[in-house]
Amino acid sequence: MAEQAVRPSSSGSAAQPGSRRWRTVDIVVTAVLGVAFGVVFWAWGLLWAALDAPFSAFPPAQAVMYGVWLLPAVLAPLIVRKAGAGLFAELVAGIVSALLGSAWGTLTIVYGLLQGAAGELGYAAFGYRRYGWPQALLSALCAGLMAAVLDLVNYYPDWTAGWKTSYVALVALSTMVIAGAGAMALTRSLAASGALSAFASGRTRA
Amino acid sequence: MTLPLSLGPVRPVPLSAINPVAQLGAIAVVLPVLLVSGDLLTPLVVLAAEVCLLPAAGLTTPRTVLARTWPLLLGAAGVAWVNVLFGDAGWASGVALAVRVLALALPGVLLVASTDPVRLADALTLHWRVPTRFAFGTLAALRLVPLLAAEWQTIRLARRARGVEPGRNPVAQGRLFAGTAFALLVAAVRRGTRLAAAMDARGFDSGIARTNARGSVLRRRDAAYLAGAVAVCAAALALSVATGTWEPVFS
Amino acid sequence: MRLTGWGFRYPSRHAWAARDVDLRVDPGERVLLTGPSGAGKSTLLHALAGLLGPDEGEQTGEITVDGRAPAEARARTGVVFQDPDAQLVMTRAGDDVAFGLENAGVRPERIWPAVESVLAEVGFPYGRDRATAALSGGQKQRLVLAGALAPRPGLLLLDEPTAQLDPDGAVLVREAVARATGARDTTLLVVDHDAEAWLPLVDRVVELRPEGGAVEHGPGWRPAPLRLPVRTPRPAGAVLLRAEAAGYTHRGAEQPALAATDVAVPAGRTLAVTGPNGTGKSTLALLLAGLRPPTTGRIAAAPALTAGLRRPDRPPHRWRADELVRRIGTVFQHPEHQFLTGRVRDELALGPLRSGAGDDAAHRRAEELMERLGLAALAEANPFTLSGGQQRRLSVATALATDPAVLVLDEPTFGQDRDTWGELVALLAEQQRDGRALVLVTHDAAVVRALADDELALQPTPVPA
Repeated sequence: MAEQAVRPSSSGSAAQPGSRRWRTVDIVVTAVLGVAFGVVFWAWGLLWAALDAPFSAFPPAQAVMYGVWLLPAVLAPLIVRKAGAGLFAELVAGIVSALLGSAWGTLTIVYGLLQGAAGELGYAAFGYRRYGWPQALLSALCAGLMAAVLDLVNYYPDWTAGWKTSYVALVALSTMVIAGAGAMALTRSLAASGALSAFASGRTRA
Repeated sequence: MTLPLSLGPVRPVPLSAINPVAQLGAIAVVLPVLLVSGDLLTPLVVLAAEVCLLPAAGLTTPRTVLARTWPLLLGAAGVAWVNVLFGDAGWASGVALAVRVLALALPGVLLVASTDPVRLADALTLHWRVPTRFAFGTLAALRLVPLLAAEWQTIRLARRARGVEPGRNPVAQGRLFAGTAFALLVAAVRRGTRLAAAMDARGFDSGIARTNARGSVLRRRDAAYLAGAVAVCAAALALSVATGTWEPVFS
Repeated sequence: MRLTGWGFRYPSRHAWAARDVDLRVDPGERVLLTGPSGAGKSTLLHALAGLLGPDEGEQTGEITVDGRAPAEARARTGVVFQDPDAQLVMTRAGDDVAFGLENAGVRPERIWPAVESVLAEVGFPYGRDRATAALSGGQKQRLVLAGALAPRPGLLLLDEPTAQLDPDGAVLVREAVARATGARDTTLLVVDHDAEAWLPLVDRVVELRPEGGAVEHGPGWRPAPLRLPVRTPRPAGAVLLRAEAAGYTHRGAEQPALAATDVAVPAGRTLAVTGPNGTGKSTLALLLAGLRPPTTGRIAAAPALTAGLRRPDRPPHRWRADELVRRIGTVFQHPEHQFLTGRVRDELALGPLRSGAGDDAAHRRAEELMERLGLAALAEANPFTLSGGQQRRLSVATALATDPAVLVLDEPTFGQDRDTWGELVALLAEQQRDGRALVLVTHDAAVVRALADDELALQPTPVPA
């Protein structure tokens, strides 16, 4: 009877530790991250539009601000450690910013989907078993390259090869620093604040 | 500065009679057409049709329209301005891009103005088989936004009470902003965790097939709405091809 | 419901959150669970609700509900937690009550009659379409209760359901619980720091011990009386701060958040600001604290307070933040809003550093405060990870670090257990003895009795017809 009572049941939150099944807390917190970054995207978009002018001497340079767009794709998997978390968070962020009224309209939803999917590669390459610096940086790089390519096709097909190359390089650099290293730093600070006690990511260093 | 997104129950407007998935379908029709069209006429026709729908979404006065669309207008103006100044195609291309941006974004404004997020989740789970746990989990997360907006204010005041104030120094302002945003993120994750526990306590994770008390029905008018979107796009393309102005983006 | 030698430990902690608990509750019984903070009351409730899987930590002993593991009996269990805003899922009242029924797979046509009847049962005064965001805390919590009761649970678990409510809201919730469990077809287990208020409603009282185990209290048990500090009333000192017809209206709002108010804050005395929700108590605190400008009237600071300011003619809300913290200290309702650093030690040194003290002086001040307020053992801890009572003490300490002459506190005893309550009241009485002026915004009648020299009872503004 005693064993019966404490044995994990198949239903409820009694999933095995490290299991790939999404618990409710994984879903809700990933969605919360998506929603929060949707609002950040919206504000960042306004800032981006306002800074078009200062960057007009060399427009590809604006790519240094790019990393913020890819932060949820890298951050969410570091926190909840589930396959698809980056895609889910980035997609929700794209939807929320589009609904708030982004300058890029419903296109941000498409971007969110594709960037999120690309960001997943960084974690998928390690079988969704490791969540550290190499994975975060690789995920940021993949998502950044995807975003840069989308931009060149959509917005800047007329640029010279030199501009295009600098743009891709700057986007890659910006996403590695802001999204990659930034997500690692955010995860550590969140874990230190005790906010991640429901996740394995909040326990390893506690 | 207010967020042009209402997250509470939406007051029903004529357009609310159209099922959210039909509206999403219309967006899916309009999106690729606008993406491939690089001229002015195609997005202009689509935009005209969308503007005609604004009153049906309850946006009848310039003030209500502006309250929902100001970030958009700002963005479109920015896009136009940059392209007029630095594009080689001159002002025509700038205006075409701005109109395209508006035409791409207005369906989203119509959807938000006429659709209760709950109805959207109902429609998505019932008609498009979106997993219920993800749809309603996101819905629950969305409900936290107004709470967090109020918390933002409190955190800013609390920082002044601790002697932290940026003054006019932009670096200090940036640090204060980042600090406040982080505090808010901590609060959001904590609240999300507690909300998830409360949802589980109410059987959200029970594994039983979930029913839906409100339901969501697709009617003939939803098909008509979708057909209307197709017709507008077809008309726009036909008109611009006929007048010889149509040019694809990837040329 | 039955526990035998039950214990639980969170993976990030070494100590057991609860251990050696033996408890048996029969169907239909109504039990109050008491015990100091950290005795594991909430952990026990979470376990009974089936919310502690192996992912959450390590379990010993046996725990069953209806003879089954709690996670399997979850469909038979309803839970109400502290914060109504972290429990409402939907934006409309009726949808929220229906949420649990939908999860249980109840057929849609049977859901709405069930929702209507449970809303009537808890005495929810509005219709199904009412927006949840527009409700008061007490009504929100009634709605949460309705949602928990809708699937007709055999076991109702209440985890501090009134801790975040004002006294009126708490009464609303207790009435609703009394009505809903009157028929005795639901077993009730309630955890609440305000044991006294629940006594008429329960059959048994069980106390969890922090060192482990549980003790059953006999009939006629009363909680230990609150420890009140000995105070000698003092004559009013010089007035430091004065509100002159000060009022506040939010931008775009029709009704003022605070109607024009006159009040004086003299040194060495404690002013309690009381009154029902929505009368602008917290707003008045923000005005007096120099954090918001009044939209009508003014806040005037006496020369004793403005001495040393670069621009003594300016009102408090225009003082620089570093000048403000040396004159008026503020303690917010939720301590975590005020924490800015990753260590208790840095948190206490921050205010002095900001207001121009040297590094050494600031850290000496921090050490001294930690020693005095019993936080020395936590010097290296992250403020966010402290318990509620420790966080509260730290937030008061951070305000004291810059030695302000006026201390403004918003609901300082909110949700505190008896021990923390006693500590906090003693700490505040000590501040007053040191000659500081205290402004307390509070719903807590006991804290008014214990500390206040003067009381300002704000009245609801009559709504114009």
